[in-house]
Amino acid sequence: MTTDRQQFTGSMRFLHWLMAATVLTMLGIGVAMVTSLGEYHRLVSIHRPLGILILILVVIRFVNRLFSTLPPFPATMSPRERSAAHWSEILLYALLFVEPLVGWGMLSAARYPIVLFGSLHLFPILPHSVMLYAALRRAHTLLAYLLFLAFIAHFGAILFHTLIVRDRMFSRMAPWRVRAL
Amino acid sequence: MESKSRQLPSDSTASTKKQTALLAGRSRMVRLAGIGVVILAVIGAFLYLGGWFSPHKLTPVRFVDEFERVNGRYSGFRRNHAKGVCVRGFFDSNGRGTRLSKAVVFRIGRVPVIGRFSLGGGDPHASDELSAVRGLGLQFSLSDGEQWRTAMINLPAFPFKDPQAFYDNVVASEPDRNTHQPDPAKMAAFLANNPETVRALEIIKSHAPSSGFDNSTFYGLNAFRFVDAQGTWTPVRWTLVPVQPYEAVGATGASQDKNFLFDALIASILQHPLQWHLILTLGQLGDPTNDATVPWPEGREQVDVGSLTLDSVESEETSPARDINFDPLVLPAGISPSDDPLLSARSAIYSQSFTRRAGETKEPSAITPSDVRK
Repeated sequence: MTTDRQQFTGSMRFLHWLMAATVLTMLGIGVAMVTSLGEYHRLVSIHRPLGILILILVVIRFVNRLFSTLPPFPATMSPRERSAAHWSEILLYALLFVEPLVGWGMLSAARYPIVLFGSLHLFPILPHSVMLYAALRRAHTLLAYLLFLAFIAHFGAILFHTLIVRDRMFSRMAPWRVRAL
Repeated sequence: MESKSRQLPSDSTASTKKQTALLAGRSRMVRLAGIGVVILAVIGAFLYLGGWFSPHKLTPVRFVDEFERVNGRYSGFRRNHAKGVCVRGFFDSNGRGTRLSKAVVFRIGRVPVIGRFSLGGGDPHASDELSAVRGLGLQFSLSDGEQWRTAMINLPAFPFKDPQAFYDNVVASEPDRNTHQPDPAKMAAFLANNPETVRALEIIKSHAPSSGFDNSTFYGLNAFRFVDAQGTWTPVRWTLVPVQPYEAVGATGASQDKNFLFDALIASILQHPLQWHLILTLGQLGDPTNDATVPWPEGREQVDVGSLTLDSVESEETSPARDINFDPLVLPAGISPSDDPLLSARSAIYSQSFTRRAGETKEPSAITPSDVRK
């Protein structure tokens, strides 16, 4: 049995952990900035370019996944768990793709300048409409909470498998190379 | 309960078989509890960052809630400076600002401007008053697609040093249910706690307001950093000084008409374009940049960087300026925020106000499209 078949590929693991760090940072910044007065501007100035970075990363990650060979599910996973894992992966990919687009779209609809850094800014992707902005602004919050809940479910499932079922589920995505599973 | 004999396909040794077997009994409970604690800690950290454990913290939501509670809530209108009229024009830069800032707006040339004159207060149908704070929000659209937005007022000093002081003032100025006037005791207590407000009010009182919008000086109030091409920055405050000559209140006689200030502005702009000079005041070492209640000392170097011309006027109902949030931190590269705590707070609170009104039904403005026609 080769190690490659038991662990996700190096590029998949690298992208997974890079996105784990950026997305968790982003969720923290997002939920903190909306309640902050003094740190609001600093946080928003990180939030915008980081969101665009996540959008780029999720596209790279999706393409990379299409061209990668995946390790099989561990035998410890029941058919129901496999189905849940499959659909939650689709949900996470969808949220990671849609959430930054909604952010970009809502700023576009309000005709805010979408400044990344310095004088570099993005073009608007939606027509000017404050009603549309208001709807997307609500959606942005809702999707962020959904993303956080999806993360908690994902995190909890990995902990359960690794610590209770003890099937070394974590090793499949461990940042380091695991020789034999 | 899962089967204890389940194995990974790769299992080959007895020790791995042992490891993969499901834990039973006490050890399993301890691990489950551990997972529970970790999950709760992550959720707790998320809620903590979101302010769930600090209900008394001053947030943009609490700030705007208080504004609505005291001033009332008017669907589709700004929560403060609710009454207004929109204008268009351009800014002619003379190039003198380029030595202080690399911002494209200061290169020689013309930049289109859209703006909005307003009166302070949450009621969009309030009667015009000479003592009301006059506001001017502007958006400069730079040739490289950048924007510069600023929201200025006609006071030479801002009465509040930070968002908490502003909030406390809103609370203290709530009209009494019976007298319809603010409670003098509450206001006195506020002033006793905020001596900087008392000092700022002295300065404000020494500058009598002019007869109208067109001959008002508008102050940017907060300090900013102007960053040049080398990355060197200078503390700057900006002012719009009217070309229209100052006229004291009373010279023309204050009208009792509900919209007399706006009507006069409309008449004036329809007669001839209105002009202001954009004057930068350069701060020196030691001049406070984090306290808008304190003007800088007299004699600071001033640079006239160009002139603003406003040549058309529109009702909010037809102008895109109604839907612009004049967030003072929408800045081009070359202008950065200072350490003034009001700036980030203004940005956060304006955004909250904007988000609320954006989703509401837009009610007709006090200054209607027919009011702005000749």
